[in-house]
Amino acid sequence: MTERLGIVTNASLEKGVDVRLDGLVSVEDMVVGRYVTIEGQRRRFFGMITDVKLGVTDERLTATPPDTTDPFITEVLAGTSTFGQIHVSPMLTIGGDAESIIAGPQPVKTIPAHFTAVKLASAEDMELVFGKEDKERFHIGNPLDMETKLCLNLEEFVKRSNGIFGKSGTGKTFLTRILLIGILQKSQAVNLIFDMHSEYGWLGTSEGGAPVKGLKQLFADKVAVATLDEESSKRRKVSTDFVVKIGFDEITPEDIAILRPTLNLTELAVEAAYQLRRIFGKPWLRQTLELNEEEMEDRIKEANIHESSLQSLKRGLQTIGRLGFVQKDAPEDAVKSILDKLERGINVVLEFGRYREINAYLLVANMLSRRIYARYQQRMEEAIAAGDDALKPRPLMITIEEAHKFLNPEVADKTIFGTIAREMRKYNVTLLVIDQRPSGISEEVMSQMGTKITCLLDNERDIDSVLAGVPGKGELKSVLSRLAPKQQALIFGHAVPMPVAFQPRDYSVKSYKDFIATGRDEARKKPAKEAEELWE
Amino acid sequence: MPPLGSLVRTGDIYAVVARATTASIEPGRKPIARGKDEENEAAIYTENPQLAKLLRSEFGAVVVGHKDGDKIYHYLPPSPARIHAFVYLCQPDEVKNFSKSFGFLNILINTRLETPNDELIAATLRQMSRAHEDSRRFLVAAGKELAALLSQDFTQLKSILGRLL
Repeated sequence: MTERLGIVTNASLEKGVDVRLDGLVSVEDMVVGRYVTIEGQRRRFFGMITDVKLGVTDERLTATPPDTTDPFITEVLAGTSTFGQIHVSPMLTIGGDAESIIAGPQPVKTIPAHFTAVKLASAEDMELVFGKEDKERFHIGNPLDMETKLCLNLEEFVKRSNGIFGKSGTGKTFLTRILLIGILQKSQAVNLIFDMHSEYGWLGTSEGGAPVKGLKQLFADKVAVATLDEESSKRRKVSTDFVVKIGFDEITPEDIAILRPTLNLTELAVEAAYQLRRIFGKPWLRQTLELNEEEMEDRIKEANIHESSLQSLKRGLQTIGRLGFVQKDAPEDAVKSILDKLERGINVVLEFGRYREINAYLLVANMLSRRIYARYQQRMEEAIAAGDDALKPRPLMITIEEAHKFLNPEVADKTIFGTIAREMRKYNVTLLVIDQRPSGISEEVMSQMGTKITCLLDNERDIDSVLAGVPGKGELKSVLSRLAPKQQALIFGHAVPMPVAFQPRDYSVKSYKDFIATGRDEARKKPAKEAEELWE
Repeated sequence: MPPLGSLVRTGDIYAVVARATTASIEPGRKPIARGKDEENEAAIYTENPQLAKLLRSEFGAVVVGHKDGDKIYHYLPPSPARIHAFVYLCQPDEVKNFSKSFGFLNILINTRLETPNDELIAATLRQMSRAHEDSRRFLVAAGKELAALLSQDFTQLKSILGRLL
């Protein structure tokens, strides 16, 4: 049991609970983001500290402060005339009767009475709310200033699209890697990761430390690494499973439409692309790049394409054509190879190698995802028509970085990611969005995200956009803006019963064993269990 | 003469010494100055043995609680002390027992006396603290109690706290 912190002196459902600290409790030990329990008569409340302040009983104290060099006076006044106060946002309650204990934590609909005792939440309390590490729950870190394991139900997590946000350098990549490992171990879902900076597959960088192992090195049989840039992968001594090449004919005008801002195309130029496809059919891009001007004029005279639009489009297409992985004829169907792996439950990391420019990333991620999604949609519909759940494809989570480029209000309607984010899990495909400028993401998409994990953000607009629609937004804001610049995050939404600030678990040489061990233990447990069942 | 602030008991009633005087037994007759040629003060009394009979010392005490059986109550007893009842200075054990809690402080704060209340309260607590092994801890606890009672009057609180150590 933890020590009493103080008593409730004021409370309102809307504004939260004020707690006066006992004399022996130091204000300095109270940090924003920590969890407390309030032991009411008939129920227990769980809440988060969202503010810490000082109080005095007599205003004269502030005008003529006592002699603070005298330890006796300071000791007497602490907790009596001068006292600490914390402000707590109640998040959940658990009723005292058997029925409500079974029902588990419920959203708060009432407040504790006057002078109810307040304690720091104990490890058991946190476990009661967030659950223990088990076959669905994965230990993602520790709540701030606590030793308890914070576990996330990943089966629930992957059911919705999710977002990881934070300024650059706040540990988004580490957090994502931990979550991906969790999903690998605990859930049925497979991942497709568009790995812009080649950090997830084989080897990841860590700021100021030795490089860390990527997913493939830890789970060789569950992860395949695909690359767009074979040379770079070879140079980095990455064992890749296949190389992705994209044929001219696979690119559609929709792909060009998304690239409009980055390729600096006009609206009319994009329109021209659609018209060209109507004229040339599937090989429109090849034709546009290869036909000389006369032939071209010949073919497009019935279409009303302005010369400057055509030139603008051509310039854009040439930029794409220069990307090394775009070839006239792709040797094999990349989408098919990826889908094959995914269907067998193997996670795919697509490395971009030297093609780090946003053009390449947008093009490839969007194009592949669109086709994979179409395939999923088809299979899902077949499964529903057949009424057979077993035919349903494995849940797929697509991880994209720099998400605001795909999901900004201008292109969110056009990219496949906008569709996935909105239509959500209907077709068993969800997104894991990683971004540093959440305010750039369309509001509609943000509102559809299930669970959001955010590291430090300090731009007002970014904070507002991440917290939009969350109860107790104002209070969470103070927690969020006070996270440490590294290795601390706030998680809230669908997969967690209440928001919690936490420190992601360690991801280094020391922790590899833990990651692999949990995976292996489960594999070992299963046959044993089956054997037991045989004898029953 | 018991010191200011010390705990005394008569019957079942406890009181705190709040004032003390020494004066001539006849009202209106003032003692005259003596000892001009004596070497020290003690010599005055040896030279004038009648002084002890002509002068009278008195002390007043504020009732702060009473005892009923083994239980101590920090509020006024149902009846006053009897005339001719003997008054005893409480021994450390009894003081310690009486000052386990601080209910009596409220009486001391609210009594009107010739002696300033701040002085009396501080003296009482100082006296009592001697009966406790950890006198500082006792004074801190008492100070906290005072801080709660005087939450609206920091000036008085400060003046008492300044007199405790």
